[in-house]
Amino acid sequence: MSKTVTAEIGLFSPAILKPAAWQAFRKLDPRGLVRNPVIFSTAVVSLLSTILVVREGLAGGPTFWIGLQITIWLWFTVLFANFAEAVAEGRGKARADAFRATKSSVRAKLLLNPPQRILHEFQDVELLNPGDVILVEVGDVIPTDGEVIDGIASIDESAITGESAPVIRESGGDRSSVTGSTRVVSDWLVVRVTARQGETFLDRMIALVEGAKRQKTPNEIALDILLAGLTLVFLFVVVTLPFFASWSGTTIPVIYLAALFITLIPTTIGGLLSAIGIAGMDRLVKANVIAKSGRAVEAAGDIDVLLLDKTGTITFGNRMADAFEPLPGIHEVMLAEAAFLASLADDTPEGKSIVSLAMKKFGFAEGETCTNATFIPFTAQTRISGVDLVEGSSIRKGASDAILRTLNNDPGAPLDAIVRRIASSGGTPLVVAKDGEALGVVHLKDIVKPAIRERFAELRRMGIRTVMITGDNPLTAAAIAAEAGVDDFLAEATPEKKLELIRKEQAEGKLVAMCGDGSNDAPALAQADVGVAMNSGTPAAKEAGNLIDLDSDPTKLIEIVLVGKQLLISRGALTTFSIANDVAKYFAILPALFVAAYPGLGVLDVMGLGTPQSAILSAIIFNALVIIALIPIALKGVSYTPASASALLSRNLLVYGLGGLVAPFIGIKLIDIIVDFLGLA
Amino acid sequence: MTSDLVQAALYFGLLIAMAIPIGRYMASVFAGQAQFLAPIERVILAPAGTIARLDQRWTAYALALLAFNAAGFLLLFLILRFQHLLPFNPAGMEPLSGHLAFNTAISFVTNTNWQSYGGETTMSHFSQMAGLTTQNFVSAASGMAVAAAVARGFAGRQVKTLGNFWQDLVRSTLYILLPMSLVLALVFVALGVPQTLQASVDATTLEGAKQTIALGPVASQIAIKQLGTNGGGFFNVNSAHPFENPTALANLFSMLAILAIPVAFCFTYGRMVGDRRQGYALFAAMGIMLLVAFAALYAAERIPNPLHSALIDPATGNMEGKEVRFGLVNSVLWAVSTTAASNGSVNAMHDSFTPLGGLIAMLNIQLGEIVYGGVGVGLTGMLLFVILTVFLAGLMVGRTPEYLGKKIEAREVKLAALTLLVMPLGVLVLAALAIATGTAQTSVQDAGPHGLSEVLYAYSSATGNNGSAFAGFNANTVWHNTCLGLAMLLGRFGYIIPILAIAGSLAGKKITPASAGTFPTHGPVFVTLLVVTILIVGALTFLPVLALGPIAEHVSMLVGRTF
Repeated sequence: MSKTVTAEIGLFSPAILKPAAWQAFRKLDPRGLVRNPVIFSTAVVSLLSTILVVREGLAGGPTFWIGLQITIWLWFTVLFANFAEAVAEGRGKARADAFRATKSSVRAKLLLNPPQRILHEFQDVELLNPGDVILVEVGDVIPTDGEVIDGIASIDESAITGESAPVIRESGGDRSSVTGSTRVVSDWLVVRVTARQGETFLDRMIALVEGAKRQKTPNEIALDILLAGLTLVFLFVVVTLPFFASWSGTTIPVIYLAALFITLIPTTIGGLLSAIGIAGMDRLVKANVIAKSGRAVEAAGDIDVLLLDKTGTITFGNRMADAFEPLPGIHEVMLAEAAFLASLADDTPEGKSIVSLAMKKFGFAEGETCTNATFIPFTAQTRISGVDLVEGSSIRKGASDAILRTLNNDPGAPLDAIVRRIASSGGTPLVVAKDGEALGVVHLKDIVKPAIRERFAELRRMGIRTVMITGDNPLTAAAIAAEAGVDDFLAEATPEKKLELIRKEQAEGKLVAMCGDGSNDAPALAQADVGVAMNSGTPAAKEAGNLIDLDSDPTKLIEIVLVGKQLLISRGALTTFSIANDVAKYFAILPALFVAAYPGLGVLDVMGLGTPQSAILSAIIFNALVIIALIPIALKGVSYTPASASALLSRNLLVYGLGGLVAPFIGIKLIDIIVDFLGLA
Repeated sequence: MTSDLVQAALYFGLLIAMAIPIGRYMASVFAGQAQFLAPIERVILAPAGTIARLDQRWTAYALALLAFNAAGFLLLFLILRFQHLLPFNPAGMEPLSGHLAFNTAISFVTNTNWQSYGGETTMSHFSQMAGLTTQNFVSAASGMAVAAAVARGFAGRQVKTLGNFWQDLVRSTLYILLPMSLVLALVFVALGVPQTLQASVDATTLEGAKQTIALGPVASQIAIKQLGTNGGGFFNVNSAHPFENPTALANLFSMLAILAIPVAFCFTYGRMVGDRRQGYALFAAMGIMLLVAFAALYAAERIPNPLHSALIDPATGNMEGKEVRFGLVNSVLWAVSTTAASNGSVNAMHDSFTPLGGLIAMLNIQLGEIVYGGVGVGLTGMLLFVILTVFLAGLMVGRTPEYLGKKIEAREVKLAALTLLVMPLGVLVLAALAIATGTAQTSVQDAGPHGLSEVLYAYSSATGNNGSAFAGFNANTVWHNTCLGLAMLLGRFGYIIPILAIAGSLAGKKITPASAGTFPTHGPVFVTLLVVTILIVGALTFLPVLALGPIAEHVSMLVGRTF
């Protein structure tokens, strides 16, 4: 797990609990309560009970004392639900405050004539508009989000990621985006502002963790509907009960009916539902991921296929040159020299590793650079790079199939043999050619991350298929895929091929997740159901994705999937628990209500509760306290270990279904003993 | 006891043996593969032109069903109101009162077949044959059409339509109900059930008294009454009348006919959605509930009323109100089957069962008529619970819930949750209203908790579209005829419309292939969860009133308290 800006917030930190207790009362505002049908119903019933109790008190009725206690616990039920939400929000708020503290109040250096870096004026950050061009220099805090259009600089992003090692940001390429509140540690950048004030990443992050703009996610809406439906069912049950009781010559005090209604409706899950949602978002932020919508987080739990870039995710990014393998009749030095020359201007890690291998093996020196050579950069389409020297010869290196197309004559089997051997060993063969004649192959080695295999096995148990995306040739790809343990791979991938693969999987009804950073990833990121953009990536990629990883760590996708699943499981488990609780409550309250009419119905009182009054009181107290007791589970999420759906279902049914059936029998009995002991009823 | 269990085992064994081939056959009928009656089908559907050929979206399908049932209601209502002017009225029956005709027409159109009247003293032969028996066929066929449409919707791969209602209606009748009824009616005739247009015969009893015995086209009506889960008898006492149920063999065939098509629909469904295991799962879930209900009801009836222990040999069990010719177990089996299947025909009076026995029969209905349930609608009612169960289970495994690879989202949950309100509304609210207005008190025969059970049973039977009567409840009043009529409408269309809407919505969805991350909806874990969900929802809704009715009666009986 990555480092975080904010310190770990304890579950019961007083700094959160105190304001939350106060918030619980403020949240009695009906405009807020109405968003939650179950808790709103509880509040309405509490109000009704209050009126009844006051009337009863004035009239000196017999049920005043018990009625008063029931009413107090009804209000506690509402307050506890509010409290749960407030605690979750409080934790988010604490995190948001930490972010807000990093928000700069410095003024931006607005460039008056962008092509020149000379003239600038100071401008308030609030007045910056998208499209404005600003300058940031050593020691400056970058005022807002933007895209680098000139310069290269190292940036300290610890303010948002908690990671202290500086990162490089430069114009062009895939590392051109800067985030507000980060600090320039060396050099300078010219930045075009991309975000309106109030919509920067930091702002989004703050809004997200505060829960202020939290929108209900699709599954949450569906669950809300189900809970509202159950509430209505119980309304019918309770409202009609007096008529059936009257048939038996019994009258049931309205306050008892209120208690029955509140214990039956799913107050437990109703009270914890929003806390679960907020806490889920909080966990995501803790993992340094920003979700543009709650929908994306839920979708992450549904993922069937995970597309992972090989480089950086499965392997340690950089492939290193390991050996020069010349064709028969060509000396190794010739090959090394050609490769060396072709790589001198090549800034990619592979290029650099070729240079350093050549220097180490044959003592070439950098000074030998031929001036005026034209460097041909690598592109995803040609998959070739190289150099055109002044004397007229041209050197090319690249994937074997790409180079073969440029050769004057195919060297045939000997080259093929080398390429195959390297590729099947999991290495990357880089064919080097001079003036249309192949010289040999540079063996690049890819190192698979150590724990990644177990990670993929875990995903497989969860039913998620992993597909490795790589620009390598199929043989290389197959070897690495086998070593890393992915389920499938896409070799010689181009942005088009990636998009095509996503569409194909989606057409089969699967949900696809991927991560990417480059602008050419943008279409695929937009097409994927869950697209995680690296924060270091281009603005286009960040715009296209629906989640942004501040750590720019591609393995984060796995974390996100877990958070999404845990969110749904927490809701499902607590709903099951809540409904299963009702059985015990019936066995407590029904005999209490009916025993006067039919003494024989005392057999239903399996818990052997003290008196009818204490039975009802104990049930309502249990109902309120269970909300408090479950707040930790709501905030931390139900524990989740990757397993098959059947195993998960059995386990959660046992814990929350059977547990929910049994727990209240014990809980209500214990409370009843205390209530009796204190002589409350 | 052993012979009882052997009889029960024989019954359940024969039932499954029959249902499997019928299920396969019905799947081929709904897929349009059964063609041997195609010419007749063409002639019937020809006047409708393209309306009967083009596939319909769920809305068009539902509208066609509603229009057809509305027309059926109107026609039946008019027949009953004017039967004295119509032919085949040898006994000179008077027209039915407005509220009774309203209630009866709804009752037969909704496949409830609740009877607020006694058949042989109310209905002309024309009303029985052209009115009631017609609806016996087409109301059953309507339910079967719904099941076919829903299965297509659940299986559909991003399609918009559910099939054609008129086609399904005609095929259900022509290929399934008619041939089976024809065979069964002939079997009944062979076993001694009357089939005549004669009104009655006069007989002289041994004491020399003159007796008029009502007759009529009985066999043809009771064949479809059983097969189509209708249950409306020709005679007032239904299959407890020796002319409806003359021998033990006729009794067995009747019981098999009650559940044959509902059970077969599980297998039909499995085939129609292309995964037979899904059908087996539903079959298993329903079967578990049926067996548990049978065991409970049998156990309850084995113990005679302790208040009369001096008069009754405890070995006989509670024979009060039972079909004495066939023994206790056959009355229990029949009671379980008829309440589970929303059939409603009876061969014993449920009113005379022990309090807990009556509770089981009532609870069977209150669960929503899904333990095989009515033809077609039992399956679709069960699918509503499947959706709710899948939703809960899906959340618990950390995925947006899926059934048959389709995502269950807010719309489906909303519609399914809506149907949870049907039984509480129809049973609790309407029964409470009857008590509040005092109409319930004047209609019951017994005081105390048993009287409450009679009221509850009547409204449960109507809302569940069961139609069986607890007896001891006079429903033929303006209030009850009207309210029971509304309960029947609610219990029929309150389920049919939402499930068609769900099918329409699912039909358009993509199918996600199953993976280790999706939990199987055909395994024992899911079946158990489904059963538990149904029982908990049912128990939570009805436990309070059941405590005041049958349970209170039971505990009072134990302490010797009578009312």
